[in-house]
Order: sequence, then C-alpha cells, then structure tokens
Amino acid sequence: MQITSILALPLKAVPLMPLVPIELVAGRLFKLLLLAHGDMFERLGTYKSCRFSFAPTDLPLVFLIEPGGPHLTVLRKGDTFTADAGVEAPLVTLLALLEGRCDADALFFSRDLKVIGDMEAMLAMRNALDDCDIDLPRDLARIGGPAAPVVHRLAVEIRSRSLREIR
Amino acid sequence: MELICPAGTPAAFREAVDAGADAVYCGFRDETNARNFPGLNFSRDELRDAIVYARKKGCMTFVALNTFMRAGNEEIWYSAAADAVRLGADALILADFGLMAHVREHYPEQRLHVSVQASASNPEAINFLVEAFDAKRVVLPRTLTIGDIARIGRKVKCEIEVFVFGGLCVMAEGRCSLSSYATGKSPNMNGVCSPASHVRYRQDGSDMVSELGTYTINRFSQGEAAGYPTLCKGRFDIGDARGYAFEDPVSLDVMGEIEALKDAGVSALKIEGRQRGKAYVAEVVSTLRQVLATAPSGRGPLLARLRALSEGQKTTVGAYEKRWR
Amino acid sequence: MTELTLGPVYYLWDGPKWRDFYYRIADEAPVDRIILGETVCSKRQHFIEPYLAEVVERLERAGKSVAFSSLALVTLERESRIVKELIETSDHAIEVNDLSAIGLINGRRHLVGPLINVYNGPTARLMAQRGADRICLPPELPFSSIARIAEDTSDVALEVMVFGRMPLAISARCAHARSKGRIKDNCQFVCGEEPDGLPIKTLDRQSFLVLNGVQTMSHTCQLLLGELTDLQEAGVNAFRLSPQDCDMARIAAIFREMLSGSLGPEEAATLIGHCYPSAKFSNGFHHAREGAAWISRAKNTAHAS
Repeated sequence: MQITSILALPLKAVPLMPLVPIELVAGRLFKLLLLAHGDMFERLGTYKSCRFSFAPTDLPLVFLIEPGGPHLTVLRKGDTFTADAGVEAPLVTLLALLEGRCDADALFFSRDLKVIGDMEAMLAMRNALDDCDIDLPRDLARIGGPAAPVVHRLAVEIRSRSLREIR
Repeated sequence: MELICPAGTPAAFREAVDAGADAVYCGFRDETNARNFPGLNFSRDELRDAIVYARKKGCMTFVALNTFMRAGNEEIWYSAAADAVRLGADALILADFGLMAHVREHYPEQRLHVSVQASASNPEAINFLVEAFDAKRVVLPRTLTIGDIARIGRKVKCEIEVFVFGGLCVMAEGRCSLSSYATGKSPNMNGVCSPASHVRYRQDGSDMVSELGTYTINRFSQGEAAGYPTLCKGRFDIGDARGYAFEDPVSLDVMGEIEALKDAGVSALKIEGRQRGKAYVAEVVSTLRQVLATAPSGRGPLLARLRALSEGQKTTVGAYEKRWR
Repeated sequence: MTELTLGPVYYLWDGPKWRDFYYRIADEAPVDRIILGETVCSKRQHFIEPYLAEVVERLERAGKSVAFSSLALVTLERESRIVKELIETSDHAIEVNDLSAIGLINGRRHLVGPLINVYNGPTARLMAQRGADRICLPPELPFSSIARIAEDTSDVALEVMVFGRMPLAISARCAHARSKGRIKDNCQFVCGEEPDGLPIKTLDRQSFLVLNGVQTMSHTCQLLLGELTDLQEAGVNAFRLSPQDCDMARIAAIFREMLSGSLGPEEAATLIGHCYPSAKFSNGFHHAREGAAWISRAKNTAHAS
C-alpha cells in the first residue's frame, strides 16, 4: 500500500526527526482518544496491566501502550524494549483496526498483519478496541495548536484509504 | 428464511442489527457460552441495552448458553439463564440436557433452541429434544448433507436452523476434546477451542510457525494464506505423507445452496463468527442480506467478495456436499 | 465390590481376530461386563456380524454380563434404522452413544456410554430418570467433576475409563480414508490396516493423535492407577478398560490384582507397560490438565495434601 503525498511528507520525515516531538504529538492524540472513550480498556480485564507494542511496518517507530497507566511511549525500531504482546502492520492498517474498520482475523489470514507474544492479551486488546467506536477525525478534532490541521487531514486521509483498500 | 447473525461485542451487535439481521445471537462474558474469549461478549447491562436496540428495529436476540455446566457450579449457568430470560431474550440456545430441563421447569414460556453443540444429527435425536424439553428449533451439526437435512426436515416437529457461512467445525460439534487434550481447555467445558492462552506464533526463517501448547499445528511459508491455529485444521505427518489430516484452513460457505436449503425445510440461516470484528459482521450480514434478495444467478459476484475474509482465504461447502466425507 | 468393564473395540479388526479376542477375554479376563459391537462406523458392521452370536454365547457362558453398544454418530437413514432395530430387537442391555438412542430407549433400563455429554449431576439424574442405571463418564472430565456427579447422583452406577486411547472426536468425514487417497463412501475399509490406529505426528515429528476411521483418538493411552482409590471413595464403582491391540486379558488381570490390593500402582504401571510397550501413558484429564499430560503420583499426592 502506497502512502499518498499528503501523508508522505510528515511520515518520510520521521526517520530524521527527534523522538521527543513525535512522542509529544502521539501522547496528545492518545490522551484525546482516552478522553473520548473513557472505557476504552475496560474489556481488557486483567490484561490492562500488560504492555502492548504497535509497530507500523512502514515507519521506523514502535508505539508502546500500557493501558494500566495509561501510558504511551514511542521508540525507534532497533531500540530494546519488552512487551507482552505486539502487532505489526502498515500504519494505515493499524489505524483502520483502531477504528474497527477492518477485520483483524481476515488481515491475519491474508498475512497483512503479524501478531506476537501473549495471544490472549492481544485478543483482549483487539476486542476492546473493536467495541470502542473510535472515529479518528471526530475524536482527534479537539487537538489544538499547529498540529491540528495536519492531524485532521491525516485522519481523514487514513479513513478514505482504509475504506477503499482494506477489505 | 431468517438470517441469524453473530455478535461478540455491543458494537458488533448494532452493526448486525443495522445490516439487516433477523436475529442476533450473543453470550455473556463468561464460561456459559462457547466463545468465551478474552475481551469478548456481554455484561448483563450490555445485553439489556442490546435487546432494547434490537427490538426497536424489529430484530430478535438469541442468547447462547451453550457450554456444559461444570459439576457443582451449575448456579453460574442457572443465573445466566435467569438473567437472559429477565432481560427479554427471544430464545435461549442450549446444549446441556440438565440446563434444558432446568429452563423448561422454571421458565415454561421461554423459547428454547437446541445449540449445534448438542449434536442432534438425526430425526430421532431432535424429536427427543422436542418431546423432552419442548425445543422449538434445532441448529443442525455441520456433519449433514443437504439430502440428510431434507430428510430430517420432513420428520421433525420443530424449526431447523443451519450454518451457512463462517467457521467450519470438522468434527461433530460438542463431541470434540481435541482442544483439551492439547491444552486442558475445551469448547464443552470452558467455551474455548484451541485457546489463545496456549497459542504461540514463532518466526522460523521466513516461515511462520503456529503452536498450540507443546504441539506444532502449522507452518506457513511467506505470503501463504493462514488460518486459525485449530487442531482440526493443522498440518501433520500421517505415515509418510504430510498435509492437512482433517481439513485445510478454510471457512464454510453454503450460500450457493440456499434454494436447496429452503426446499429442505430450513427456516433460519446462521452466520458463524462471534469472535470476529464488527467490520466482518457488517460486511457479511449486509452481503448475505443482499444475496437473499437477489436471484440465484446474480449471487456469485456478491459471495466472491466474502472469500477474502475467510480462513485461508478459501471457502468450502463442507459436509453439505456428500463427497466431502 | 468394584467392577471391571471392557468397553467396545473401537477399531476395525477382521472378524476372526475380533472373535478370538473375545474368546480369550471369556476364558481369561477377570472383567465383569463387556460392551460389544461396532460403535464408530456403520459401514463396518458386517465384519463382526457372523461371529456375534458365538461370542455372546461364549462370554455369557463365562459368566460375563454383555451389553451392546449403539453407534456414536447417526446421520444417515440407514444408521437411524440400525439404532432403532438394535433397541427394538435386542434382548441384551444397550449402551447408548448418541441422542437418538437416548430418545428411543426412554423408559427401558440401559447404560449410557462415554460419548454422551454427561458433565454434571442434573444431566446424570435426568439420564437416570429416563432409565439409565449406569453411566460411563466422558474421558474429558476432571476428578472434581466426577466426584461431584457421584455426590449428586445416588441412583445410578458410575463408571470411569481407566485404560485405553481416549476417543477425542468423531467426524462425518473419514480422515483415515482420506489419508490413503479415498473418501468415506469409497473407503475399502482401509482403517482395518491399522488395528491400533494410524498415528498422526506434528510437523516436528511429535506423536500426537491416532486416526481410527471417522474417529480421532489420543496418541497417549489413558492410565489411571494411583487415582483408583480416590475414585472408589468418591463413589465410582466400575472401571472401564478400552481395548487396544495388546494383551487385554493380562491388563484386566493386572487391574484386578490392583483392586484386590495385591499390587501397587507403580508395579501395575510397569507391568502394563510390558503388555503395551508402544504406549505412552497419560492421565491429564483426571487432574484437570491437558489430556496428554502424565501427572506423576508423587506430584499428585503433594497436590492433594
């Protein structure tokens, strides 16, 4: 899957960017999602204390999420980290999964998605997110500052692409 | 014919209703149903809201209590049945005879469906359940041909529901301990088959290896379509041959035969997949709804769309066709 | 007094082998009850039919109680007819193995086989009300469930399988025929080529299951020895031996000696190992673990205390 030009610029710049601002923006988005979906991790039950890694295959980054915190950390690929369970897929796919717009099992069958670690924890996370009705453009609309228009355009772009291409 | 659709979460439930389900089936978030997976299923409050939502849109709700009661802990199943009845479930889907007898005795007005897990595979078995427990409908095992179904349809005194799309049990349902032999957890006792807690994916060179407990279930080369790590769809060595001993990673699709099923006396078509995401539910339910409204000749392209969602990206008519045996 | 039951031969043995097996059982095996007849596949019935009458006669002459096993999976009209005829015409007790038999036999005294899903006391009591006077519980049940069912169900005798490969699954599809390039309808009875089951190994060559026609069985052989006392105390009054292609008369004798107290479980295990040298033993289901596991007695005792 090719990432279109509107997305390509910020994403292509990622390898060159320092981690701190990336983590800042990602952390901000994470907080907004939590704000919109306070019960997002309720379905995780005992797996709330697990650490999950989300690795976009087309970015040199790994997002570590600890729902118990809740806490988000951004790492570069190659950095050492520990996670109980993890998923790897192109960024658009990961975000489409977040919105429940595609079926994780189908992506696993077609080998477009890879899962590692504790499968029970991973399944709980998938089901928790799937029940959430996350809507990125809506939920992230409240991000302020200079990042706002970029994030909004990103979200809409992901939406249109994921609907068209992830079936 | 009714379209009976799966829901593992309230979000998936709403998708199924909105996509045109005649009934949605679901279960509580515990061992009382055969999809007792982490993060899946309904609290009592969620079921209440779901039933209200469905009712507003003219859709029924069936509650699956289709595991076998653990000796000494029957109260868990009894209270689940009591709550499902109280919340207004249109039918309870049951497998355990003890639970069927309990429901019949305490809730004589409650509609009772026989789960596929009860393994009622012939007219005498079904009529026993009708006579003993006043079962109104039976979900037939995926071990029968359409000819078998037609014969059953002529002889039984209740409605018939059959699986038409989704996961395919290769073994007679409710009579399989393969999972607990390898992991200690079974569909009958724990509501799980090849449970995630015992699944591991290992990368070996460019191959992905799936393991269940201490057993290797499959090995997929790079890009090869994969399936669930269920024992009956694993690759094994039998004598000198290597291959799928029981069945390939594949899903069931009998939608091409719905006219024959209708003629056989089937009154409800069931979609498997409470463990799948809401996107799957929405796509499959709306597509099958469309298929039912389309003349047989125009159904092929609609169904082809669903193949990509299936295990191994393949579908089969399974035992519904005699040669499968 | 605890009884020993010999379950039906699940495998396809040719007629004379089957007959000679039971002759030896009649003459030498200290078992009280024998369940006879094809249970797994309706296509196999004709192999034993010519010998059935003489086998029954020989067993009864030896003082054994004989019951007939009904089919485990009934889907065809022919199979429905076989079950119906068995129940209508048999002058022997019937052990039921599917729902149709349960329905048809209502009110008559009968036995319930291990392939019927009796997981709890209410179900066991329901079976008893319908005429069951003996239930052999499913192999998957842990001891905690067995003990509770026994506690809840005083009016029916309970039996537990203590020896033999465990019947784990049954299918409309014949994996055994399929593995030899055939389908069920054209199987040529190739399952008869493996009188103790066709082994299935994982891709890493780990022994896992065996095929027996449409039935899938465990690779491991269930063996409960140190567990027998607990089972007796819980109220289980019969133990079932499921025939394997080995010296079952000797195995029955070993169990009988154990029950009479003249043999300890460790010695019995060693002797049974000699009788069935190809077997790997397991008792995991009993201990609420994976069925393939072997839980050693020392660990078991520690666990119980």
